[in-house]
Amino acid sequence: MDVLLLSRLQFAAATAFHFLFVPLTLGLSVLIAVMETRYVQTGEEIHLKMTRFWGKVFLINFAMGVVTGITLEFQFGTNWSRYSEFMGDIFGSLLAIEALGFFFLESILIGVWIFGWNKISKRTHALVMWLIAFASTGSAVWILTANAWMQHPVGYVIRNGRAELESFADVALNKFAILMFFHTVAAAYVLSAFFVMGVSAYHLLKNRHVAFFMKSFRMALVLGLIFSFFLVVEGHLHGSDLAKTQPTKLAAMESHWETTRRAPIYLFSFPDEQNERNMVQIGPIPGLLSLLAFHSTEAEVKGLKDFPPDERPPVFIVSASFKLMVALGFYFALATLVGFILRNRLPEKRWYLRIMLYSIPLPYIAAELGWTLAEVGRQPWIVYGLMKTADAVSPIAVSQVALSLTAFLLVYGVLGAVAYYLIIQHVGKGPA
Amino acid sequence: MDLQAIWFFLWVLLWAVYFMTDGFDLGMGVLLPFIARNEREKRVIYNAAGPLWDGNEVWLITAGGVTFAAFPVLYAVMFSSLYSALMLVLFGLIVRGVSFEFRGKVESPGWKRIWDGCMFLGSLLPAVLLGVAFANIFRGIPIDGEGVYQGTLFTLLNPYGLLGGILFLLLVSVHGALWLAIKAEGDLHERAIRLAKGLWAILLAVAVLFLAASAISTDIYRNYMARPLLFVFILITVLALLGVRMFLARGALWRAWFSSAVTIAGACFYGFIGLFPRMLPSSLNSEFSLTAYNASSSPLTLKIMLGLALVFVPIVILYQAWAYNLFKGKVTEETLSYEDAY
Repeated sequence: MDVLLLSRLQFAAATAFHFLFVPLTLGLSVLIAVMETRYVQTGEEIHLKMTRFWGKVFLINFAMGVVTGITLEFQFGTNWSRYSEFMGDIFGSLLAIEALGFFFLESILIGVWIFGWNKISKRTHALVMWLIAFASTGSAVWILTANAWMQHPVGYVIRNGRAELESFADVALNKFAILMFFHTVAAAYVLSAFFVMGVSAYHLLKNRHVAFFMKSFRMALVLGLIFSFFLVVEGHLHGSDLAKTQPTKLAAMESHWETTRRAPIYLFSFPDEQNERNMVQIGPIPGLLSLLAFHSTEAEVKGLKDFPPDERPPVFIVSASFKLMVALGFYFALATLVGFILRNRLPEKRWYLRIMLYSIPLPYIAAELGWTLAEVGRQPWIVYGLMKTADAVSPIAVSQVALSLTAFLLVYGVLGAVAYYLIIQHVGKGPA
Repeated sequence: MDLQAIWFFLWVLLWAVYFMTDGFDLGMGVLLPFIARNEREKRVIYNAAGPLWDGNEVWLITAGGVTFAAFPVLYAVMFSSLYSALMLVLFGLIVRGVSFEFRGKVESPGWKRIWDGCMFLGSLLPAVLLGVAFANIFRGIPIDGEGVYQGTLFTLLNPYGLLGGILFLLLVSVHGALWLAIKAEGDLHERAIRLAKGLWAILLAVAVLFLAASAISTDIYRNYMARPLLFVFILITVLALLGVRMFLARGALWRAWFSSAVTIAGACFYGFIGLFPRMLPSSLNSEFSLTAYNASSSPLTLKIMLGLALVFVPIVILYQAWAYNLFKGKVTEETLSYEDAY
């Protein structure tokens, strides 16, 4: 075990764990803001009850998102100091803008929302939740812009032995960042919708609080339906953009070895990285990869063999994450479409409710797979084409990192278990 | 002043604001096991920090982010050098942050004791270790010409560093006791005032000791000697510290708290005025020291970030002040009866 591997594991653990909480914050804040707005508009008690009930889940989840986010910002300095020195001129400013412009807003307003019920007007209180939703989305914009810059660096010049900012507009309007933002936020909305639908299904199956959970279910269904279909289209755009920006990632996603025209997609394939081929490949659809990547079945798609072996990502992890994520994505669209058809008869359709209950973890898995694809697929680069991960790590003692990684796993394991225990206990009880 | 110098002092200001704001809730966390006598008093303490602690902590995130943006080399060398200390601070802040949210969710004394423990440790570690870290920065740490740290966690625990840790712990404890006195009613209020007075006396002694020790362990007085007018900053800090006790004696708690905030800010500026333009002196060779000039970002980044900071920092202060004003009242039965209160 060396500092590089341990630092990578630590960052992977910390980000993967952080992202168990972020998407629900993004989506639930919007749903709660809608609920509270309805309460302000109609004065109906049920909307207040919904705001309170889902609000409690939101608060536990939010707290976990905040505390696990803090460590990420500092890890660039502690574990990736060579990276920070080389890229800080650009990368650091994006994190600073996130904190100053958005993270402040949500963190200050969350206290106002919890303790402000009798101190500010109902209207302002609802507005506060809208602002929290706005601020967390704004945070996502800048964090993803920072990540997108690692995926596809733009607007820089190499000067004084480091990457220096040349055009802030290019960095902020990076097309990769925009694609990534819509992908991530749509995924967050789908995850939140499935969470609310799943919990509602649980209570509908038990015939408890039927009106309350019908309303919740249908509200989430609208969000889930819109964004799971949006996600399919947007995911395609995001993927085909990789043909230009990250050809090695695209080739690894499809375990595509030889550069060819009319490149196929296989329904199933398993890579053999040693011998630079696929061990198994079944069900080719000729020209589909060319079509998806370049909008023409005749287009040439670069294969992995065109890149030196030390510039290729691990093929199996990347292709498996990608394919599983896509399959789940189609499943979300199908499940919400069925839900839309059944929307008025939900309490009778117990099979559907049961499916939705057990579907709660699936968008979480899809989101984690998406990040695995994004980050592992970028390897061996920390900044694509510019700096290798191996050159980015801090000159620190291996024992320190081993110790901190162990502590991360322990502390996060315990806190994660407690947080989900509290969330499950609360949602299982139902509204007071 | 050039861009780098402006950023140097803006950077110190961000750290100062962090300790001025989060300082009081860290302080209350440290005092929790010593001052609260029953469950109700504990809840008063949690809810006195309740609406504000999260926003306060973002000053730390901002200070970190700005270090990264404006002084990337400093960010890289400082954070990797202080690896273990910083990890302890982060773990402290993690368990502390969730304690607020988790503690009240299960009705069991054992459960609550666990999170009270986390709150105490999670407040103690950042307060002490950040103090130790700052004192070591004033003193210089063993970094070589490549920015590689040639020491361990224990290198930082030298007498001067430890004195810095104690100083910061006392600063936030007094700050926290004053905040609790403002927020609490009845007996707890009285005890908080008494505690603030007692801690203040110790703080005064440690502060004097620290000022003297700095003359031996550091060279920060060189800048002061070169420009004697700078001593005004030390004078203001000392007057603010004396002001804390004076206002306490008069029962003007808010003024005492603001005086304490000025003292904390003064303590942060005190060392860095002495270091300027150095930000992380090397104890091995002064040529290895990181300064505002050799550790900074490009002029373009510094300019853009300055523009953004000049717009956003005042806006943040404005709405944070609004939140402080909204929750300036006592923690009452009504506060404690809120469904989502801590």
